[in-house]
Amino acid sequence: MLALALLALLLWSVVYPNVAVIVGSFERGLGDWRAFAASPADLDALRGTIIVSIGSVVAALLVGVPLAFLLTRTEFRGRRVLSGVATLPAALPPLVGVLAFLFLYGESGVVTRLVQRLFGLHEPPWTLTGLTAVIFVHAYTMYVYVFLFVSAGLERYDTTLDEAAMGLGASRTLLLRRITLPLLTPSLAGAMLLVFMSALGSFSAPYVFGGGARVLATQILVSKLNGALGLAYVETTVLAVTAVLALLLLRWLEGRRRYSMAGKGRATRSALRSPVARALLPAAAAAVVILLVLPHAMVVLVSFARDGAWTTQLLPPEYTLDNYRKLATDQELWRPITNSVWMSVLATAANAVVCFAIAYVVVLSRAPGRKALALLAALPWAIPATAIALGLAATFDRNVPAQLRILLVGTFWILPLAYFIRNIPIVTSAIEGSLRQMDATLEDAARGLGASRWLALRRVVLPAARPGLVAGTMLAGVAAVGEFVASVVLYTHSNRPISVEILAQVRSLSFGTAAAYSVLLILLVLAITVGARWLEGRVAESERTVNAA
Amino acid sequence: MTDARDAVLHSAPGALVLERVTRRYPGNPEPSVAELSLTIAPGELLALVGASGSGKTTTLRIAAGYETPDEGRVLLGDEGGAQRDITREPPQRRGFGMVFQHYALFPHMRVEENVAFGLEARGVRKADRLGQARDALDAVGLGGKSARPVQALSGGEQQRVALARALVIRPRVLLLDEPLSNLDPTLRQSMRDELRSTLRQSGVTALFVTHDQEDAFAVADRVAMLERGRLLQVGTPESLYHAPATRAVAEFVGRAALVPAERRGDQVRITIGGVALDAPARQQDPNTSGPRLAVLRPESLVLAEDERTPSWRGEVVGRRFAGGHVVYRVRLGRGVEVEVMGDGAGAREGAQTGVRLAGVPVAVVPGSA
Repeated sequence: MLALALLALLLWSVVYPNVAVIVGSFERGLGDWRAFAASPADLDALRGTIIVSIGSVVAALLVGVPLAFLLTRTEFRGRRVLSGVATLPAALPPLVGVLAFLFLYGESGVVTRLVQRLFGLHEPPWTLTGLTAVIFVHAYTMYVYVFLFVSAGLERYDTTLDEAAMGLGASRTLLLRRITLPLLTPSLAGAMLLVFMSALGSFSAPYVFGGGARVLATQILVSKLNGALGLAYVETTVLAVTAVLALLLLRWLEGRRRYSMAGKGRATRSALRSPVARALLPAAAAAVVILLVLPHAMVVLVSFARDGAWTTQLLPPEYTLDNYRKLATDQELWRPITNSVWMSVLATAANAVVCFAIAYVVVLSRAPGRKALALLAALPWAIPATAIALGLAATFDRNVPAQLRILLVGTFWILPLAYFIRNIPIVTSAIEGSLRQMDATLEDAARGLGASRWLALRRVVLPAARPGLVAGTMLAGVAAVGEFVASVVLYTHSNRPISVEILAQVRSLSFGTAAAYSVLLILLVLAITVGARWLEGRVAESERTVNAA
Repeated sequence: MTDARDAVLHSAPGALVLERVTRRYPGNPEPSVAELSLTIAPGELLALVGASGSGKTTTLRIAAGYETPDEGRVLLGDEGGAQRDITREPPQRRGFGMVFQHYALFPHMRVEENVAFGLEARGVRKADRLGQARDALDAVGLGGKSARPVQALSGGEQQRVALARALVIRPRVLLLDEPLSNLDPTLRQSMRDELRSTLRQSGVTALFVTHDQEDAFAVADRVAMLERGRLLQVGTPESLYHAPATRAVAEFVGRAALVPAERRGDQVRITIGGVALDAPARQQDPNTSGPRLAVLRPESLVLAEDERTPSWRGEVVGRRFAGGHVVYRVRLGRGVEVEVMGDGAGAREGAQTGVRLAGVPVAVVPGSA
C-alpha cells in the first residue's frame, strides 16, 4: 500500500513532467526536431555541452587525483591546513562560486588587474569568457568530487598490495599502471560520473562566463524566454537523454571493476624522498591554500565594498556596513532570504518524510514494485536541473484535474516542489545506506517481541536510519537554500530566492549587495552543516549514555 | 651470537645476515627491535617466533627493505661468498620474495597474472611469463585454477598462490609473514607439511615469522625467539625445547611447570612440600649465582602409585587424552601444579597420587617462583 502510494507520487512528480516535455517536443510533429537539427546555435550548444562536460572531467581529474595522493600518502609541513581547506570549494553555493571568480579573475577582477599592473599591460591579460572559462570555474568547484572519491579509495586501499608489487620488483610506473590505478577505478569512475553530470547540467558558469559560447542548459532558457517552447522541449530532451546515456556508460565502467580488499587498509604517510620536492612542497601547499581560500575571502571583502565605488582600482576603495544594513532594513531586499529559508525548509521536510518511506520500502520490505521505486527515486539525479524545471513548467502551468495537472507555475509552491524533486536521490540514497547496515532481522525481532509496527519503526528502524537521515537532509538543505538552476527557470518576483536576487544585483552592478547576499548564503549553509553535526553528535552521545547505563 | 657456527655462516653464499639491527619508532621509548643479530644460512628455514609486539614483523620488514633500521646492517651473501650491504636498498632491487599475512594478492588480476607479476616487472615477455606462472601453479597443486579470479579461491589456495608468486621469481631470500595464521586449524596442519616440503624443494633461504610455536617447529630448521625486540635464543626446535636458555623461552615453548631448584654439581635438586628429589641436569650452568628454576616437562615426570619410593604427594585435578598418552594435571600443594605424562591406566580426577622424576635430564633456568 505504502509502496504503491510512493510509486504514484514519484510517477506524478518525477516521471510525468519529463514525459510531458518529450510529448511537448513532438507537439508540432517533427517540426521542432527539424528546427533543432537545422539551428547552428543549437548544434553549437550541443557541442559546447559535450566539450564542457569532458573538459571539466579532465580538469577535475588533473587537480583532484594528485591532491588526493599528496594528502593521503605523504607527510609534509602544512598538510593539515591544506586538507582542511581542500573541500572548501564545495561549500560555495554554485552561483556564489561563479561570482567570486568574476571578482577575482574577470576582466576587472583583482587578480587580472594585478597581473596587468605587474607586467604593465595595456589590455587585461585574459578574458574570463567562453568554454575555457567555464571549464576553469568547473575545475575549481568540481575537483572536490574527484578529491573526495579518490581520497576515500586510498583510505580503503590495502597498502600491502603496493608493498607486494614493489617486493616483486615493480617500478613506480608499473605499480601505478598495473596496481594502483586499476584498483582505484571504481572511485575514479564514480567521481568522473559525478563531475560529468554536474558539468552537463551546469548552468551558472556558462550563464555568467559563457560569452558567445553556448551550452544546452542555457540555450533551453533562451528558447523559453524567446517563446520557442517546442524547441526548448527538444533541447531539454536532448540534454536529458545525453545525461542518461552518460550515466549508463559510467555506471557500467564503475561496476565492471569492483573488488573488495582483504587486508586491513592502513594508509601510511611518508615523507617525500627527493630533498628538492621536500623543500618546495610546503610553499606549493601554501600557494594552493591561498588559491582555495581566495574566492571565499573575495566575496567577504566585496560584501563590505560600497556599491558603485569600485571602478578601476585594484581593490574596492571604500568599505561600509551599508550592504548588510540594507538587507536587514529594506523589506524588498530581505524577502529573498525568508523565501529561500522557507522554501528549503518545506522541501527538505518533505524529503525527510518521503525519502525515509522510500528507503524503508526499498531496503526492508518485500513489497512488489520496490525495484521500480528505487529506480524512480534515483532518476532526478540523472536529469539536469534545467530539464526538471522545464518539465515542471510544462506540466503544472494549468488546472486540469482530469490530467492530474494543477496550476503551480507562478505560485509559491513550484520552487519547493522543484527542490524536493531534485533532492530525492541524495536523501534516499543516504538513508538507504544507513538502513543497509542495519541487520534486517532486527525489525522482525522487535515485532516478535510484541512491538507494534509503529513501535518497531520508532525504536529500531528510525535509529538505524538516523545517520543517513541527518546527513541526507543536511545535504538537501544546503542544496535547496542556494539552489539557482531550477529557480531561475521557475521563479516569480514574489518567491524569488537568494540566488536569483544575487544575479539581479550583479546585473545592476551592485556587487557589494550581491556579495552581502552571498555571505549570508554561505553563513546559512554553514549553520545547516554545523546544526546537523551538532544534532548527530547529541543523539549519538545520548545513545552512548543509554548503552553505558 | 658469535659462536663458531655463526662465524662460518657469516661468509657463506646466499646467507642473510642481520647485524646489530635496531629500529625505534617515534613516540615509543623502547626500541621495537634492539641490537638484533641473526644469520640465516643458505637454504636454511629459520622461524622468528614471539608474542605480538615482540618485534618479529619489524625484523622481517627490515630484512625485506620496507623499513630501514636506525642502526645496524643487513648483509646479503652472494653466490661467490662475498657479502653486500643491502641496508638501504629498496625492496624493488633486493630480489627477495615475500608472502604476506593476508597474502596481498592483487584482487583485479587472475591467478596466473598474479603469479606472473614479478616476471612482468622483470620484463619477461607475456607468453613466457604466463607459461612460467602456470608451471609454478602446477608445482603448488593449483594447475587447474590459473585462469580463475583470485577472489574465487579458498584461503588455503590463496596462500599457495602467494607462495607461487614469491617463488617464481627465484628469490635469493624468501620472507614469510604469518603465512599460516589465516587458515582454519585443520587446513593449517596439512599446510605446515606442504609449506616445508615446497620450501625444501626450492632450496631457498627463508625467514618465516609466526606467533605459533607449532608452526615454527613444523616448518623451520632453526627457531629464533624474540621478546620485546631482543633475541632470547636461537637454535633447533629440540634445543629450544630441551635446553631453554631463559624462563621466557621455557614458558613459550611447549608445556612446562617451573619450580624452584638448586644446582648440585651435575644434579638438580627440586624440593616440594619438604620432599627433595634429584635429577640429572640437562646443561652446564654458566651462571653460578642467583636462584634457579627447574623446567618440568610432562615427560620428565611419572606417577608413583606405590608409596615406598620417595615422591611428591598431590591430587589429580585434570586429565587430558593426547593420542598415544594421557596427560595428568596434579596439584602438589602450595599452588604448585605440574603436568605428568602417563599411560591412561592411572588415577581419576580427585584421586591422591604420588609424582616423581622420570630420570631424564631436567633443564634449569635462572629465576625464582
